[in-house]
Amino acid sequence: MITNLGIGENTEWKCFSCDALLKLDKVRIDYMNGSFTVELPCCPECGMALVPEEIALGKMLEVEKLLEDK
Amino acid sequence: MDQKTLRQMEKHCIQEEAPACRSACPLHVDVRTFVLQVGKGKWNDAWKTLNKTLPFPGILGRICDHPCEDSCLRSTLGGGIRMGELEKTCVNQPKPRIRVIPIPKKSESMAVVGESLSSLVAALELLRKGYDVTLFSSLDKLGGSLWALPDETLPKDVLEKELVILHTLGLKVEKKKMGKGLLAPLQEAFSAVYLGLDSPNGARMAQEKKPLDKTFALGNDGVFAGGTCDEHGHLSPVHQSFQGRAAALSMERFTQKVSLVEGRRDEGPHPTRLFTNIEEIEPLPGVLPVHGEKGYTIDEARAEAKRCIQCQCLECLKVCPYLDYYKGYPKRYAREIYNNAAIVMGNHTANLMVNTCSLCGLCREICPENFSMADLCLDARRDLVQRDKMPPSAHEFALQDMAFSNSEPFLLARHAPNRETSRCVFFPGCQLSGSNPEHVIQTYSFLRNNWAEDTGLMLQCCAAPAHWSGNEAKTKEAMSLLEKNWQKMGEPRMILACSSCLDMFRRYLPRIDVISLWQVMDRCELPVDAAKPVDAAKNPMALHDPCTSRHDPQLQEAVRRIAATLGIPIQELEFSREKTECCGFGGLMENANPALAQKQLERRTAESDLDYLAYCAMCRESLKGAGKPTAHLLDFIFPQATVGADPAARVKTGLSDSRENRARLKRDLLDQVWNETPETGTESMLHILPEVQATLDQRRILHSDIRETIAHGEETGHKMQSQVNGHFLASHRPLMVTFWVEYSLAENGYHIYNSYCHRMQIIRENP
Ligand code: SF4
Ligand code: SF4
Ligand code: SF4
Ligand SMILES: [Zn+2]
Repeated sequence: MITNLGIGENTEWKCFSCDALLKLDKVRIDYMNGSFTVELPCCPECGMALVPEEIALGKMLEVEKLLEDK
Repeated sequence: MDQKTLRQMEKHCIQEEAPACRSACPLHVDVRTFVLQVGKGKWNDAWKTLNKTLPFPGILGRICDHPCEDSCLRSTLGGGIRMGELEKTCVNQPKPRIRVIPIPKKSESMAVVGESLSSLVAALELLRKGYDVTLFSSLDKLGGSLWALPDETLPKDVLEKELVILHTLGLKVEKKKMGKGLLAPLQEAFSAVYLGLDSPNGARMAQEKKPLDKTFALGNDGVFAGGTCDEHGHLSPVHQSFQGRAAALSMERFTQKVSLVEGRRDEGPHPTRLFTNIEEIEPLPGVLPVHGEKGYTIDEARAEAKRCIQCQCLECLKVCPYLDYYKGYPKRYAREIYNNAAIVMGNHTANLMVNTCSLCGLCREICPENFSMADLCLDARRDLVQRDKMPPSAHEFALQDMAFSNSEPFLLARHAPNRETSRCVFFPGCQLSGSNPEHVIQTYSFLRNNWAEDTGLMLQCCAAPAHWSGNEAKTKEAMSLLEKNWQKMGEPRMILACSSCLDMFRRYLPRIDVISLWQVMDRCELPVDAAKPVDAAKNPMALHDPCTSRHDPQLQEAVRRIAATLGIPIQELEFSREKTECCGFGGLMENANPALAQKQLERRTAESDLDYLAYCAMCRESLKGAGKPTAHLLDFIFPQATVGADPAARVKTGLSDSRENRARLKRDLLDQVWNETPETGTESMLHILPEVQATLDQRRILHSDIRETIAHGEETGHKMQSQVNGHFLASHRPLMVTFWVEYSLAENGYHIYNSYCHRMQIIRENP
């Protein structure tokens, strides 16, 4: 179970339709037979989550590879 | 793959076979390791290595008649490694403490007759197996003729000390003169009997009878014998010892009532199967001891030991960066792959290894025993796919690309304009169409004008990606689509531009008559302006044969003749024709493991300073992508004004461009050849800087992915906006992958700043 992707608060991006700043929130991420709860920056209004590039190409990729070899 | 297939396959890799020295040694001393340790001056380790296989190392180390030396691969390169002298030097060093593991006692008792070397070894071996052993000697002291050796050869105190172990292990000694009449009572009292023919007592009891090979049985009633002289009547200490040891093993088997002969083929001296390449080994004379008889000094011994070649095979690793990367050799890999398939729970650690092989087949050409890593890996991939254990990311992109080629935007099967039938059909394949669609158009009209007017055209994928990925279902599906279209065209002869396509047709659709485009062109008059505007053609080029052309010498010859006709001087690479190397794309290597594909390319591109000439579009793109100026043969046959003087400098075609080229090729062909102006939807423009495009290609993100993602963001309003620069960030998950695109609006489309993707899916539990 990873719960910490090492993401800090995000100050660059705003939700366009809700015009709201993103806040860290718990979301579930799934791949193959793995399921984890992690914290990602999300829109507090509509819930849209942001996966920053360094997470997608770093930690997430690592976990994807691990799950694929299970 | 089952155990049996694994064993069958494994056998073809002989890297683990004993080197010549060890297999020539009757006792199979690990000479290679010993010599390595001596070379490093690690005397304690060297001692321990001897102790593992030599009975009484202090004795044998001094008197062994070293038959290994004659078999040593150094023999013809300065003389065999002087193992006899090295052993002597070693056992003259202080003996390290070596832990003896206590052995559980067995109830049976064994009789050993004689006090000479063979009897002593037999007794020692039996004691070490846990038997109760009684030795019958007519003399006062164990050792027999060993006591007669001069002190310089074998000091008396050493001999005495070495024999202590027999008493420590509980040997019982009876002093008794033995004769033939006493054999029956011995057999009565003991489970098995050993007669040392190198001792007077033993020889008398054997009554001239000779023991059998391998088992050293005298008959079939539990009497064994060893210590025979060679054909010149000489006793060899190492053979005496070997026979005592082999007989002891037979005595144990006899007592346990199991086969005496089974599995003993490799006991004793035998020729080795190990291959060692000594072509590049320089001769180096042996080291002579300065003090003559006294033997080597420590430094002399080390210098002599360093002459050892450390014999091993690893021929395949020398030519394949992939095999080299995993730091083993195919026999070991075969076992890892076998174990990988057997895993039910836990990590399949060999998946990446299985998926990285380019299936190029070079190892099989190089290996003295024709081991085929490609067969092994393809098998393992099929197995992974079948059991639904294939990592999705390994080949997904390639399979989707194949699906694209086999769908409406590319798929085409037409007779020549105004023709109802086709004698031949030109099949350019996906890669050439993606890399250079103009060449496809030019080649097609060339074929109609110079080969056969009724040459049709088929645009489709040959299913190589599915085959390479081990997906048999998808391969079959694509193959039957191919067969269906071929039948619709009237079962014509197929002219193939790509050697991978050729390979696929021959493998899966052998009833289709295929010929390579190059063999066709070789028989045609080439266009008049071929190669003319190209200055580069005056310089020699290094010809790169694609790995799928490995077993097609006629095709390779045709290409060389065409190059000669064009006036391109060809320089052969060291690895060409049947020994050619992969460009890193074969077997979907580049998909599964880009880093190793890069290594493969680095090796290939470093083989010549000349520009390369390729005749497979994929090879051309891969080599060029690795920074090697590389031209395609068609660049010289149909010089293109747009390319400029040097076709080897044309930039690599990216993934998006390859797809768009294929779609455009179909539209252009319909328009130019069949006069059907296709409807073209207006697509929004994507403005992408080259460095961003390079990143997109590396991440395998296509323009179509980007368009879909932006459309999704714009339609739903689900997008983020940067507070820094106002860029938008949208995401979209059409299937298995979530794409993110950073963009802004432009006048006629979008500016693309970045894009990335991941496979994990975000699920909001309580949005
Ligand atoms: S070439 Fe490679 S596969 Fe063949 S025997 Fe040698 S190490 Fe084994
Ligand atoms: S060179 Fe070394 S490894 Fe090879 S046969 Fe001679 S002693 Fe053995
Ligand atoms: S990449 Fe080629 S040479 Fe290397 S293991 Fe695979 S088939 Fe053999
Ligand atoms: Zn929102």
